[in-house]
Amino acid sequence: MSPSSPLIPSPSAALHLAVALDGAGWHPAAWREPGARPRELLTAAYWADIIAEAERGLLDFVTIEDGLGLQSSRAADPDERTDQVRGRLDAVLIAARVAPLTRHIGIVPTAVVTHTEPFHLSKAIATLDYVSTGRAGVRVQISARQNEAAHFGRRTVQHIRVEDMHTPRAQEAITELFDEAADHVEVVRRLWDSWEDDAEIRSVATGRFIDRDRLHYIDFEGRHFTVKGPSITPRPPQGQPLVTALGHQTVPYRLIARSADLGYITPHDPGQARAIVDEIHTERAATARAGEPLHLFGDLVVFLDDDPAAARARKERLDDLAGHPFTSDAEVFTGTPAQLADLLLEWRRAGLTGFRLRPAVIAHDLPAITRGLVPELRRRDAFRHSYEASTLRGLLGLPRPANRYATA
Amino acid sequence: MSKPLKQIHLAAHFPGVNNTTVWSDPRAGSHIEFSSFTHFARTAERAKFDFLFLAEGLRLREQGGQIYDLDVVGRPDTFTVLSALAAVTERLGLAGTINSTFNEPYEVARQFASLDHLSDGRAAWNVVTSWDAFTGENFRRGGFLPQEERYSRAREFLSTANELFDSWHGDEIVADPHTGAFLRDARAGAFVHKGQHFDIEGQFNVPRSPQGRPVIFQAGDSEEGREFAAAGADAIFSRYSTLDEGRAFYTDVKNRLARHGRGHDQLLILPAATFVLGDTDEEAGEAAREIRRQQVSGATAIKHLEFVWNRDLSGYDPDGPLPDIDPDLGEHSIARGRAQVRMYRDPLATAREWRERAAANNWSIRDLVIETGSRQSFIGSPATVAEKLNAYVQADVSDGFILVPHLTPGGLDVFADTVVPLLQERGVFRTEYEGTTLRDHLGLAHPDADAAGERAAS
Repeated sequence: MSPSSPLIPSPSAALHLAVALDGAGWHPAAWREPGARPRELLTAAYWADIIAEAERGLLDFVTIEDGLGLQSSRAADPDERTDQVRGRLDAVLIAARVAPLTRHIGIVPTAVVTHTEPFHLSKAIATLDYVSTGRAGVRVQISARQNEAAHFGRRTVQHIRVEDMHTPRAQEAITELFDEAADHVEVVRRLWDSWEDDAEIRSVATGRFIDRDRLHYIDFEGRHFTVKGPSITPRPPQGQPLVTALGHQTVPYRLIARSADLGYITPHDPGQARAIVDEIHTERAATARAGEPLHLFGDLVVFLDDDPAAARARKERLDDLAGHPFTSDAEVFTGTPAQLADLLLEWRRAGLTGFRLRPAVIAHDLPAITRGLVPELRRRDAFRHSYEASTLRGLLGLPRPANRYATA
Repeated sequence: MSKPLKQIHLAAHFPGVNNTTVWSDPRAGSHIEFSSFTHFARTAERAKFDFLFLAEGLRLREQGGQIYDLDVVGRPDTFTVLSALAAVTERLGLAGTINSTFNEPYEVARQFASLDHLSDGRAAWNVVTSWDAFTGENFRRGGFLPQEERYSRAREFLSTANELFDSWHGDEIVADPHTGAFLRDARAGAFVHKGQHFDIEGQFNVPRSPQGRPVIFQAGDSEEGREFAAAGADAIFSRYSTLDEGRAFYTDVKNRLARHGRGHDQLLILPAATFVLGDTDEEAGEAAREIRRQQVSGATAIKHLEFVWNRDLSGYDPDGPLPDIDPDLGEHSIARGRAQVRMYRDPLATAREWRERAAANNWSIRDLVIETGSRQSFIGSPATVAEKLNAYVQADVSDGFILVPHLTPGGLDVFADTVVPLLQERGVFRTEYEGTTLRDHLGLAHPDADAAGERAAS
């Protein structure tokens, strides 16, 4: 391990747990299951209920998926399917809608950074941090889809087929998108710091509302944009809300290493987990964020039942409904909460600090996490019994960062 | 027989980044913390207001090359606050300014459609076009637009957003678990827009929201702005709250509607209005004078004079006479990021008029700025204010008012508690919400109503 001390999980420390929320769940037939509420996926009540369930389980945070086009079963193109959930709401606005209804759980919406303005994203997440009193984060995502670029019309992106992903031309295009994402995050972060914490002075004696010497231009100049600053929104309660990203290969691992507080990775066994964790921590040590703590969470799709055969049978039944076996970038787990607890505790010895679980069917597998897995982990002394902090950074053991522009 | 009384529409403008907002008052709270927004919104909802309104500013204002520090500075993100407010209110409309220059139609449309879903049909969009390169320095696309393209881009932005809102009709999601059909049509949300400013196509990914489209506000005052509003807006956020100016504006804009095939009630005129209440008219008048002095400190008066003079006037005494030098007629450079600077189209004439008024009344710089700039729209006891406000609406000065309190977050409380009951007693303001959506509150038809009628008739 690097002496610059990335966050090194101790084997006895409690696990961190998040759930990834998307529609009715991650299995394409999840919406057809009992309790799935497929006609309510666009309502505030649905999101309030499922995030309340996650909070009841004392989870660290939820993530909310998003995208700038209709969902698709294909990596690069729309699929014209009518048998799966299509249509969604803006994830940042879902997060804001639910924040006042919750008190402890972190809320981490996805934001596509490829076609959007870093200035808008920075103030939106800062504001989410205000409306949640310190529980905001963001998961940054690139878009390499041609159809999404056509929704914006500002530029074209190269069409990349999954099977060509490893060609030099595709890698170059992807590297460029991730480099832009890193610039985007840099701007977002500088804007969060562009107001010092005590910039608002309200000095009646001098008539000055702010001390403008404590506001800072960020003067970012990159290949894709320049941004002057300062933000219109004062520094958020956490100082720097949590920045997270998902990665499956070296290029996105580099984004996690140089830009994120927390990365999601998709190993399929502890050996892979160890290799990816080492790669990202090594990369981190060479960046400007060397020495800043970095959480790495393993992503898993979960089918949970009290009997392992029931979980397998449920997956098979859903696969039959969908017309094909379910596959995922992440490892797919079927089994009991106790088996999953065993697996998580084994995998974390590879250097993972937590897990982001993707419930195959939210109506079934989310309560199985909060009411089945969580008690199992507690029995193993591996999960919290109450929320121990009031901010998301606090729950994750991350300090409130100093402001890069503060001189005092 | 006299004509029936008009029902008044009332909205609440969260105190903004300008000198109307008095931050030096000991009662002034945070303009950033969500608790302030919650307080303000709940007061507005308790009083059965039509909606709450948030302004926007995408670059901190500067004067003389420095960030302006005399007013409230900073604000949260409009969409995020409105969506969070949907959680702490049930009926109140949620309106926000979103600039069309520093956004793309697809993104704004999905945000408003999402907000409309998450608020069960309470979203409204004040469509604003800015074009200054100064604000553009915060954005990818920059901000400069040639004069002749400003309204054409704004018009096309709105029409493109409407095409996106309309790309789903509301019957596409069947979600039948037995048949396995989620969508009725794989091409739901398909759109193609080829225009001068936007060339986009694909599928919109937010299904039809409860109001179909958010309620559309427009705030421009120019000939083009009035036409833009008459053609497609649901309400105008106007600046004319006085009797004569208000009636003239009202008549002018309402008369434009027929040419666009629209009825008299399909565009509401809602000016911004300030108010000061007291137990008696005398007390209110005294309080109003005191508030104006809080709003215009000596330093603020000098800064406001600089808007006209376009010069550094920091050497002048705010309690002394107006400058005898003339305004600098070169490119306006002293203040940036402010809309009001453009209001002075003939600075020499304004300066001359102000000098004459100051001399005639023996006013100092500060007195002049107070007297010319910031007299409150409604001053008096609750009975007086209710009377005048109602009289203005019945006289077609407007269809109601967007009230701008001077205190955050409690500035609306007394109005809600004292004036609103008097309006309710007169039968000119609702005692309960009758509908659930903002269109219901404003008496606006659902955008599908005409089409549905045509379908039924055919």
